[in-house]
Amino acid sequence: MTPDTDISAALQANLLEAIAQGSPVQIVSGGSKTFYGRAPQGEPLSVTGHRGVISYEPTELVITARAGTRLADVEALLAEHNQMLPFEPPHFTGNATLGGAIATGLSGPRRPYAGSARDFVLGIKVLTGKGEILSFGGQVMKNVAGFDVSRFMAGSLGTLGILLEISLKVLPRPESEQTLLFECSALEAIQRMNAWAGQPLPLSGAVFDGGRLYLRLSGSTAALNAAREKLGGELFADGPAFWRDARDHTCTFFQGDAPLWRVSVPAATPPLDLPGEWLIDWGGAQRWLKTSCAPATIRELTAKAGGHATLFRGGDRQGAVFHPLPPALMALHRRLKAAFDPHGILNLGRMYSDL
Amino acid sequence: MKTLASDTQALITALHRILPSSAVLSDAEDLRPYECDGLSAYRELPLAVCLPETVEQVRAVLRVCHDMNVPVVARGAGTGLSGGALPLANGVVLSLAKFMRILEVDPANRIARVQPGVRNLAISQAAAPYGLYYAPDPSSQIACTIGGNVAENSGGVHCLKYGLTVHNVLGLKVLTMDGELLEIGGAALDAPGYDLLALMTGSEGLLGVIVEVTVKLLPKPERAQVVLAAFDDVVKAGEAVGSIIGAGIVPGGLEMMDNLAIRAAEDFIHAGYPVDAAAILLCEVDGANEEVSDQILKVREILKQAGATEVRTARGEAERLKFWAGRKAAFPAVGRISPDYYCMDGTIPRKRLSEVLSRIAELSKEYGLPVANVFHAGDGNLHPLILYDANKPGELERTEEFGGKILDLCVAVGGTITGEHGVGMEKIGQMCHQFAPAELTQFHAVKHAFDPQGLLNPGKAVPTLHRCAEFGAMHVHGGKLSHPELERF
Repeated sequence: MTPDTDISAALQANLLEAIAQGSPVQIVSGGSKTFYGRAPQGEPLSVTGHRGVISYEPTELVITARAGTRLADVEALLAEHNQMLPFEPPHFTGNATLGGAIATGLSGPRRPYAGSARDFVLGIKVLTGKGEILSFGGQVMKNVAGFDVSRFMAGSLGTLGILLEISLKVLPRPESEQTLLFECSALEAIQRMNAWAGQPLPLSGAVFDGGRLYLRLSGSTAALNAAREKLGGELFADGPAFWRDARDHTCTFFQGDAPLWRVSVPAATPPLDLPGEWLIDWGGAQRWLKTSCAPATIRELTAKAGGHATLFRGGDRQGAVFHPLPPALMALHRRLKAAFDPHGILNLGRMYSDL
Repeated sequence: MKTLASDTQALITALHRILPSSAVLSDAEDLRPYECDGLSAYRELPLAVCLPETVEQVRAVLRVCHDMNVPVVARGAGTGLSGGALPLANGVVLSLAKFMRILEVDPANRIARVQPGVRNLAISQAAAPYGLYYAPDPSSQIACTIGGNVAENSGGVHCLKYGLTVHNVLGLKVLTMDGELLEIGGAALDAPGYDLLALMTGSEGLLGVIVEVTVKLLPKPERAQVVLAAFDDVVKAGEAVGSIIGAGIVPGGLEMMDNLAIRAAEDFIHAGYPVDAAAILLCEVDGANEEVSDQILKVREILKQAGATEVRTARGEAERLKFWAGRKAAFPAVGRISPDYYCMDGTIPRKRLSEVLSRIAELSKEYGLPVANVFHAGDGNLHPLILYDANKPGELERTEEFGGKILDLCVAVGGTITGEHGVGMEKIGQMCHQFAPAELTQFHAVKHAFDPQGLLNPGKAVPTLHRCAEFGAMHVHGGKLSHPELERF
């Protein structure tokens, strides 16, 4: 582990200087998700020096750490106490930080069963675009005082403020895990994943890739054995590596240069009629599509299915990466951006061209 | 600021133009049932109550009020405990009570799309044929509506494992004060742009009027089993909670009651509680059959090691429900032994429980007012019930002062003034303790982004800085007042 340092005062001074100069700032951290969102603009301001776990109470199920703390360090500490970040945040190239995980709001395969990154946020300290350091939420599970600005920050891609500290709810690691394997079509996989998710089974992952449905179970050994009896399928020995690769996009499917789309739809939606290769995660709710198909076609079909599509990696990073919003919602986004970043200098254009 | 009588007449005429006559109430006797919500110590008559039944009618009401600059207070079943639906004397109450339809239960996607006036429990009942249910279960779930649950981010006894309302809502349709319909989220697990669902949930009617809700449904656990443990000391009970969670068990419900609450509940429900115990814990585990069996054994062992004087596992479903019936009836049970009671809703880090309970006991002596403590022990949400008699002159005021001190104590130990009941009108002063002026200013900026005229439930949930100055409760950091430029009264 790298030494703990608190550089919030320096970050604030840098930001105030940038505000005075009217010079846009690009927030950088571990750099594992630089590819994500629209092309970054502005002077880089690094938060990697702002690191360290501030408090961790295993019996309270709460950890508070500075944004630049490496995700791997946070997870290693939790593992010492047999706990974990339940939303299974992707690390991608390995240098991922806690701040980046929450700012992007991305979650791994456990998400449909355990909850998303934002679901586990309890509180934040943030340096807003006004140059003020503010605290919202706290270190307790239940807190409804004031608007839920902490969870609102999750996934806002640094366009509202620079995350300084984050408090998260954590959970015990399951006693054991097993991965089951089924050969089937995409349609059958989606049907099965959703039928099972409607039953009291200890599911914690469901991915369909290359004609195979991978199902992860988590819980006590006795419960897993009982579930296997009901589900059938073949026991897959290489489970931990498989789920890590699915989380970090290191499996074969994610190789190559074709634009990668993230398609988020209601989980039981039948396979979408779009050309390209698919990997289905989140029990059907998050689908990855490698395609050179026109963005408009992808978005139209996804929207018709009640979802939205993100140009996750590759393709035109100057264009519309995230699904366009209806005018009234976009106008509200602009007003909210102005409420937190009135000078319009934080991660300008990273999410939408005019945010 | 009082609206002039002629303005009131013009408002009522305008409302009658857009709603059927039976859907506009303005006579004092018709307004009376709306004068308060579940916090009946606060009462106010509005100018009018509107009972629209279509989204178009809601939009029309909002536009009339927007154009005439009249504040609007949205209301569901009126079961809230913080005065969030308390009418404003110069405003209109917008009741969503007629929006009672369950629009869709989609078992394949495990969601339900419902109107805001649908009762919390009705959703689980509609989902039951598919083996599904809606997880958050506030104690008023028979009566409270889902729209109100979203507005307050309601909890219940299963929050540690299943989350609050914010974790169980996927989509909303919301009308802004100027009548714009926003679709936020939907049937997918996420939506593009900012997480407006997080902002809307728990916004206490300050940002928009909810006209449709899409909720997540969960499969009913295969089995649930509850253990009751008695302790001769509340501190030991509190430590047992930490030991259970530290052992890697996340109970579906983990509740604690102190002696006064135990005796009141037992007198009322005859749940079989040990009335001599200083505290009892109810620990429920749920899930796969085998998992529950494993965990019940572990929980029993941990409770014994923690010094429980008695550990009882419910024999069968009937006894399980009986154990819970006592806990769920704790508030009305306390209502039977005291003319009035005042329910607090702070959350604290669990490890600070014993010092918080000791301090509450000291304050109880100081004020001469008994306190029964009911505690969502798993998630740290404490409900001290202060027993008082409103007919005794000055007793309500003393009770409120005592309650305020309890909330200040919750903030001082790193907790919060409200875990699940909301700020509303009740805790508006304590917000000045919990947040510094800069955070409060940021909240107002968020409200302004949604409701620039400040017409949705103004004066609730987020205090103005002037109000905090009047309240005399500004944060004082290092002996310096944060905003010396503000006037003090």
